[in-house]
Amino acid sequence: MNVNSNKRMSLSDAVSRFVSDGAHISIGGFTINRNPMAAVYEIIRQKKRHLHLYAHSNGQGVDELIGAGCVDQLEIAYAGSGRFASTCIRFRKAVESGQLPVEDYSNYQMTLRFMAGAMGVPFLPTRSSLGSDLVNRWGFSQTARQANARVPDRKLVVMDNPFDGWCDTERVVLVPAINPDVTIIHVQAADRQGTARISGLPFADVEQAKAARHLIVTCETLVDDDLLRGAPERNQIPFFNVDAVVHVPMGAWPTACYRYYDYDPTRLYQYRDAALDDDRYQAYLEKEVFSSHNHEEMLARIDDRQLEKIKADPRTGYAVGLDRR
Amino acid sequence: MSTEIEYTSREMMAVAAAREIRDGDIVFCGTGISMLAAMAAKHISAPNSVIFFETGAIDSQLEEVPLAVGDPRVMFATSVNGGLADAFATMQNRFTGRQVVGIMGAAQIDIYGNLNSTVIGDYHHPTVRFSGSGGACDVASFVSRTIIFMQHAKRKFVPKLDYLTSPGWLDGPDGRKKAGLPDGGPSCVITNMAIMGFDPETKRMVLNGCFQGVRKEDILDNMGFAVDTSQATQIKPPSAEELSILRDKCDPQRLILG
Repeated sequence: MNVNSNKRMSLSDAVSRFVSDGAHISIGGFTINRNPMAAVYEIIRQKKRHLHLYAHSNGQGVDELIGAGCVDQLEIAYAGSGRFASTCIRFRKAVESGQLPVEDYSNYQMTLRFMAGAMGVPFLPTRSSLGSDLVNRWGFSQTARQANARVPDRKLVVMDNPFDGWCDTERVVLVPAINPDVTIIHVQAADRQGTARISGLPFADVEQAKAARHLIVTCETLVDDDLLRGAPERNQIPFFNVDAVVHVPMGAWPTACYRYYDYDPTRLYQYRDAALDDDRYQAYLEKEVFSSHNHEEMLARIDDRQLEKIKADPRTGYAVGLDRR
Repeated sequence: MSTEIEYTSREMMAVAAAREIRDGDIVFCGTGISMLAAMAAKHISAPNSVIFFETGAIDSQLEEVPLAVGDPRVMFATSVNGGLADAFATMQNRFTGRQVVGIMGAAQIDIYGNLNSTVIGDYHHPTVRFSGSGGACDVASFVSRTIIFMQHAKRKFVPKLDYLTSPGWLDGPDGRKKAGLPDGGPSCVITNMAIMGFDPETKRMVLNGCFQGVRKEDILDNMGFAVDTSQATQIKPPSAEELSILRDKCDPQRLILG
């Protein structure tokens, strides 16, 4: 809870204050949309290590954090970036080489886990995954779980409906709450106190935001005080959940930000190509991430025409006719 | 004189799936060919079907084909842009969930239509790691009917899955009930060679129909388990109209048709 009236800070300050080594974190967005990429690159630049990352389907950002060696443990539903990587490439390499322990859930289960954290209850029930290996196979062993106070002793619990068949339901799966140390989301608009507005689909950003002890909001547009209060029904994040407001235009690039820009196929294909080879990936990290001081500098190296092409069309909110081959 | 139209197996698969969609269905789409099938169905046989994504977009007006379910193209001119929590609740909901047909794919399938999209090999030391469930397990658990896309190959139609990500009929007719799942389950499997169905009594996979030019033996040769082929029919190839909708209206850049 933070009621300060001005939480504006630089991205490098926000990351160094709220993302510590070993932190449990979650990032907003979905596959190739509205990932807080500027913050992801800043975490990589500051060489944060041993993160415990919670994700539903946060594709590109998850893959880059894993690729840069920031993540020690992952709880996830889906690691893919659509056509650009049906399985995220650095994620796949890390898991196949035994370097990254993973716990698998479904998207709904991860959403419910964030929701439980946001609601302040220890778990929520669902009918999803009964009879499947999501229930039967555990990525983190019970011993490892018992040794780690930050994760629950059990992955999930199958329970008979305590209301005896009520709602034609015999059995439910209980999934444990998540309370990350910090969640980072990228939104279209925020004011300096932290009230924030997402356009298009919010995905599970709101649940992720409210489940966290600390929340960093990066935004395309930093609006004047009180502007968002003119249409409060369109806002999703109340200011007191927010600890840092960072103004980062193109902060989701190369993923999309609805009504601002599309995903950048040129960059995502370049990333794919680099990610497939360890040497090329190291070169990518050096040349594209470490050698730039911030997101603005990273973007300044991209051809203006490439960025012009992904600019959103005002009617549809995406780049109509964008060559995505 | 031959007037036969040429088409690819992907085009046949998309058309076959579109034909399975009924008017009024709420169609849950994943990535790739399932989106094309749903888009095509709206133009062909099911103008009042609703395209719906796990990301929360309801009745997306798809003017261009999305490349992921999080693509901004799914957000345009929807009825409601909800979130993941809403989308999955709609499928778990005892009223709306009954109207949802899910379209999904996987790396492996078994004779009861259970799916693996998580790993090949041992779960803790996989030879190949895939994306994982995403919403697939949720959809397969909740909705009344699923359509599955697969490539016909021995390594994909397996006697035993390396990991059961999404429940089909589990181990037979009572499998879902015993596990506590809602009624529902896979209705058909559309491949590059055929359409497979499930026996109403045993819930074991059967061959429903072969695509033009494919023999039953070819299909069995590409499966790791035997199926009943006695009721199989010949599947009608795509019509000129179906192909033109697919090519000109749904995927002119051939992003998914290839």
